[in-house]
Parts: sequence; C-alpha cells; structure tokens
Amino acid sequence: MKTFRGYFSPAIMALAVTLCFCSSRVSVLIAAQESKPSDTPAGNAENGKRIFNKIGCYQCHGHEGQGSVMTGPRIAPDPVPFEVLAGYVRKPTGEMPPYTAKVVSDQELADIYAFLQSRPHPPTAKNIPGLK
Amino acid sequence: MAKSKKLPAGRREFLKSVVAGAATLAAPAEALPAQPVEERVSRAMPVLPPLVESDPPAEAEVLNLDRSGSDFMVDVIKSLGIEYVCSVAGSSFRALHESVINYGGNKDPEFITCCHEESSVAMGHGYAKIEGKPLCVFAHGTVGLQHAAMAIYNAYCDRVPVYIVIGNNLDATMRDSAYGEWPHSVQDAAAMVRDFVKWDDAPMSLQHFAESAVRAYKIAMTPPMAPVLLVADSELQENPIAADAALHVPKLTLATPPQGDSGSVAEAARLLVQAQNPLIVVDRCARTQKGIDLLVELAETLQAGVIDQAGRMNFPTRHPLNQSSRRGAAVASADVIMGLEATDFWSALNTMHDQVRRTSRPIMKPDAKLISITAGDLYTKANYQDFYRYAGVDLAMAADAEATLPALLEETRRLITTDRKRALQDRGAKLAAAHDHALEQARTDATYAWDASPVSTGRLCTEVWNQIKDEDWSLVSILRHFSWWPLRLWPFDKYYQYLGTQGGGGIGYNAPASVGAALANKKHGRFSVSIQDDGDLMFAPLVLWTAAHHRIPLLSVMHNNRAYHEELMHVQRMADRHNRGVDRATIGTTFEDPKMDFAKLAQSMGVYAEGPITDPNELAPALRRAIAVVKRGEPALVDVVTQPR
Repeated sequence: MKTFRGYFSPAIMALAVTLCFCSSRVSVLIAAQESKPSDTPAGNAENGKRIFNKIGCYQCHGHEGQGSVMTGPRIAPDPVPFEVLAGYVRKPTGEMPPYTAKVVSDQELADIYAFLQSRPHPPTAKNIPGLK
Repeated sequence: MAKSKKLPAGRREFLKSVVAGAATLAAPAEALPAQPVEERVSRAMPVLPPLVESDPPAEAEVLNLDRSGSDFMVDVIKSLGIEYVCSVAGSSFRALHESVINYGGNKDPEFITCCHEESSVAMGHGYAKIEGKPLCVFAHGTVGLQHAAMAIYNAYCDRVPVYIVIGNNLDATMRDSAYGEWPHSVQDAAAMVRDFVKWDDAPMSLQHFAESAVRAYKIAMTPPMAPVLLVADSELQENPIAADAALHVPKLTLATPPQGDSGSVAEAARLLVQAQNPLIVVDRCARTQKGIDLLVELAETLQAGVIDQAGRMNFPTRHPLNQSSRRGAAVASADVIMGLEATDFWSALNTMHDQVRRTSRPIMKPDAKLISITAGDLYTKANYQDFYRYAGVDLAMAADAEATLPALLEETRRLITTDRKRALQDRGAKLAAAHDHALEQARTDATYAWDASPVSTGRLCTEVWNQIKDEDWSLVSILRHFSWWPLRLWPFDKYYQYLGTQGGGGIGYNAPASVGAALANKKHGRFSVSIQDDGDLMFAPLVLWTAAHHRIPLLSVMHNNRAYHEELMHVQRMADRHNRGVDRATIGTTFEDPKMDFAKLAQSMGVYAEGPITDPNELAPALRRAIAVVKRGEPALVDVVTQPR
C-alpha cells in the first residue's frame, strides 16, 4: 500500500509553496530571462535531455523543466546562470536532494544546461482561451 | 412503526422441517445413519428448490415466510433516509440483500452493484461529501470488511460518515460449511476496524438492531463525522419475526453540532479585530454552502486573508481574500492566526525539511496568537496517528467551526468601529492585489510546456475547463497529484465543486469516490468531472463497470503519468541520499513496460473511452466527444498521457 507522507502532505505542500514564492534560497533556481552568463560551458542539448530524464530531474521539474508548485520550481526556458544551477545541484539548501559528481558529472550538468536553454518559450497566457 | 406478523416457525424449526422432508424424499433413511442433524442440514440445503417445486412435503408451510428480520432491518434503514446500498453480494447478508430489492422495492435504498468492498465504501465516501449524509454499505463481516478496511480508514481520517452493515454468523451451530460460513464468521466482527470507526454494535435482537441503527446514524452525523458499523447477524436477518414481537423504529433526531462557548467566541473576536494581520486557516470547515457563505462574510468583515488547506470547498478560489497560493508569506506576516477545522494546523505554521536529519522550523511570528476551533478536539483515538502534530494554541474551542461561525461573525461585527473599518479596507486592498498577482502567476505557469508531449498538467487543466465551464460542474476528484491546477485557475464558489482529499492517503480512493460523488450529483443534474490518476485507477478499475451498469454520468480524464510518481520521487531521494546512482529509481515505481491502455480497460467495462492521447492538440476534440456521452447520462473516460505533475 502506498504511503502518504512526503511531497503531498500539507506540510510539504506548504513548503513547496514557500519555496516557490518566498524562499530566496531556492528562488534563485526559478528561471530568469535576464540572466545571460558569459562563462557557460559548452553542452550537448540532446545528451542533456537524455541525462535530464535518466537521472530523474524530470520527476520534480517536468520533462520540459516547467516545474510544479508541488515538487520543484520551473528551471526552463531561460535557466539561471550555470554556476548558480550547478552550485545548487551539488549543495541544495531546500527540499531537493544533492547530486554528487558520482551521479552527474560536470560535463553532464553542462549538457543538461544546454537542454534547458533549448526549451521553447511558451505562448502568452493572454492568447490562450481559458487563461485570459 | 413496523408491524410483526405471526409466523409458523423460527429458522431452526424451519431447517429441521426441511431436513425431515429432504431425508424422506431425496435419500434413503439408511444412507444417513450416523450423521448429526446439523450436518444433514448442510447437505440438504442445496437440493431445496427442486424438492419444493416438485413435491412439497407436509410441512411446506414453513418453507416460506411472510416477513423475516431483514425486512424489519430494511424498514429501519428506510427510516434513516438512506438512498443507496453499495455492496458486493455476500451470503452472510443474503436476507438483507433480498429484502432491499424485493421487500423494499429497491428504492431508497437502491442496491448498487459493486465489484470490491473497498470501492463500496469509497463510493460512500464521495457520495457523502456531495450529499451531506451517508449511504449504506453491506459487506461480509470477515472477508468483505477486510477488503473495505482501507476505504473505511480514509473516510475516518476525512471525517466523513459511511453507514456500514456487515453480515455475520455468530451461532456456530447454524454455520454451513458448504457455504464457507465458518471462515466467514467471527466472534467480534467490528474489532478489525474499531480503531477507525466512530461507533459499532452487534445487536442481539431486532429491536436492539433498530435502536443501534438509529443511534449509529446519529453518531455518524454528529461532528466530527465518521463511519459507523453495525453487525447484522444472519440468524437475526433470516429468522421470522416473532409472533409476539413489539417492534418499532425509534425516532431519529440529529444532534445539534456543538458551538463554541460565548466567552471564547468573544475573546476570539477581540483578538481578530485588534490584529494587524489576522489570518484564517481552513481545512474541513465548510460542510454546506451556508458554511462557505459564512466564512466569506467573516473574512470580508475582518478583511482577513484566508488560507485554504483544501480539505473541502471552504472559500471561493477567486475571492480577493483567498491567499492560498501565498501561504508562506501570509503566515509569516500574520499576528493572529485562526484555524477552523484545521486538521493539521501545525503544518500550516511550520515547515519540515526532509533531509538525512529531519528538521523543522516555524514560519509564523514567534509571538503570533493562535486560535483553534475544531470538533476534532472532541473526539480523538490513540492508535492511528491521524491527529497530526500538536499545535500549541492560545485559545482552543472544542466545537464545530461552521456551527460557531454565526456567533463569531456577530461578535466580530459588533466590535468593529467605523475607524477600524477604514483601516481594514486598506488591508483588504493589499490582499486583493496579492491575490491577483498569484492568479496571474498561475496563468503564466500554466503556459510552460504548453505544446509538450506528454501533455502538461497545466494544459490538461485548461483544456478541461474550456469544455466544462458552462456546465453546472462538480470536480469530484483529488488534486494533490495534479499540482492543484484547478484550485489555482478555476473559479470555485459552490460547496459541491470540490470535495477535498482521501483523508488517510490510501490509494484506490479517487476512482470509486468520484463515482460515488457522481451518483450523488446525478439527481441534481450536475456535470461530474474527475482528474483520475493512473496508479489509483489500477487499485479499483472495476468501479468503472459499476458506473456503466448504473448509468452514472461522470467524465474521467486520466492523469496518466505512467508511474506511482510520488513513490518514484521517494526512491530517487533515497538513491540520492545514499549516492548510489539514481537511474534505477524507476524499478517498482513505473508502468512503462507494458504501457497500460486505460481506454481499452474502460471500454471492457462498458464505458465510452478514448486515448491514449499524447498530442495536446487532440485533447479538446476528444473531451467534446466524451462530454456528449456524459450528457446523455453515461460515464466516459479520456486517457491522457501526462507530465508527472
């Protein structure tokens, strides 16, 4: 039988909302269009997509990095600077578990970053029936 | 008042007569020389019908009864206004079953054919949250109740009344091995679920049954509401009503829900009116539309923000004072926080960090005053821990929140001066701006991955809304696994538009509870829609047949992420924590090989279905076709392969 404690308990929901809207520690992970770092390492977006799904990034952030208020913030398109994202992946301060170099190498992180950068921009809500 | 009729013999005498007849007509006397009477009874029973039809013995008059105890039990059940009996047929309550469909005319209650007792109870769970009263569940006292147990636990944790009647064969000398009645019998049938039903009884007479049945209903319906259970002994059901029985059905008068005392209500009003930033936290506060309306009046009077923990439809989602999307900020800035039926008040005020060593921290101000109004303080058991972490409050009213709201509202209005009103309006304007910002943020969030395949949950939510927005809709499913999109995007303002969660977190609730809620909505002409998780449906797929069989109109839209996704994230977290690689977390948590075809599954149960849909552009046409089926009065399912959350 499945258990209840965890991501969907009211406590964690509260935390997820807190993280997404309030916590400066994690809000850095919410994609920011204005961030255009110059020292981003070269990455292979196609391999990044494969790694993104293989190591389970999609589980909390969605296959497109779109995020969820329940599980993890949006990280694409227009991800935060690479060094910010990489630093957080290694030493997260919120609910995200740490990903060591043994699990995902620096080059694989660069590939994931390239994948996140390659995600298309969405239509604007004002042009979508039901979201106007 | 039920009247008893004079009958020729009790069941024991009836059986002995049958034995005599059967032994005489069907078997040579020497064939059964050493068998005790009871054993011969067992073997004689299966051949009863041909004997009766072909050559009635002299004692034929005892082979039929005008009225049995089960008829009177149905009289009692009818007196309670129970509309439906959800049940998997079972021999230990065969008399009750027959009395419902024949003596009772299969109306009020109507027998609803279920394929699993867990679904029977979960249907009752969903039904009660729409209709505000329980339906009845029949089940075997042993194996049926064992199947039903998890669903009973869910209803108990969710404070929802379900009226359960189980059959049992208490008299060992009357048990027939040929029918499996020994393993279907139990000394204390209710023992297994006693920790999570509010009350139970095993009546020893029909009058005892009547009184306990009415008492059980009253207890189930008194806040905090919860399931109750009665044991209907098979002898009591099947024996004729004694000639000298003076049976009557006791009067049912529901207890008035307890209100907070006037002193505490006055103190709560004083704290709220004097606060700079009062906040109201609600979970299972509103039971009715009146409860929602009262809460709106209170919030508007105070110009206080409301955080809805979504255990019920408590507060309109588009109301400017609804601050549910900015819980952390709202709690952090509040100086008086009032919990109304806030089952897990502590978690509204604190966070817990799920790392190697779990830590928690408060997010509220250290000097914030806390007020609690909950009927939960009136009724708590020890074993199962659904009472959550203890929240130390400054003022606690052991009372029903909805019943207390009128007095609290009146006292609050009395204390607010004209000058104070102006200050409150300024506060309300700021909250409204924050609400509008959160709504715009939700709309923007929903656009991300708009054209993705699998279909994004934000897209799915929006496409469903576009198709149902002009209906009198009722969203009957849980939303925890769906990023709460509808509550963030849709305008909820009626009590039947959202039902909350499963309570105990048991999977296998969503599908049957949705069908039960749709059953309740049917007579009101409402359009029931469910966002149905794939993992949950695999626990209780047969309820689709029940929906088809009974023509229960329900649109089920699959949130098919092909995983027990919550568990997948848990296993991934452990793999990360142990630094062993994370690419095997899918073992035991995903449904990729083979992929489940929910459209075919539903079609096999007689339900109209389409899918699997992976292209978001195909979603709207499929929904329109399914909705046309539902509007004809039948269930329909659209299988959509989705993003995880």
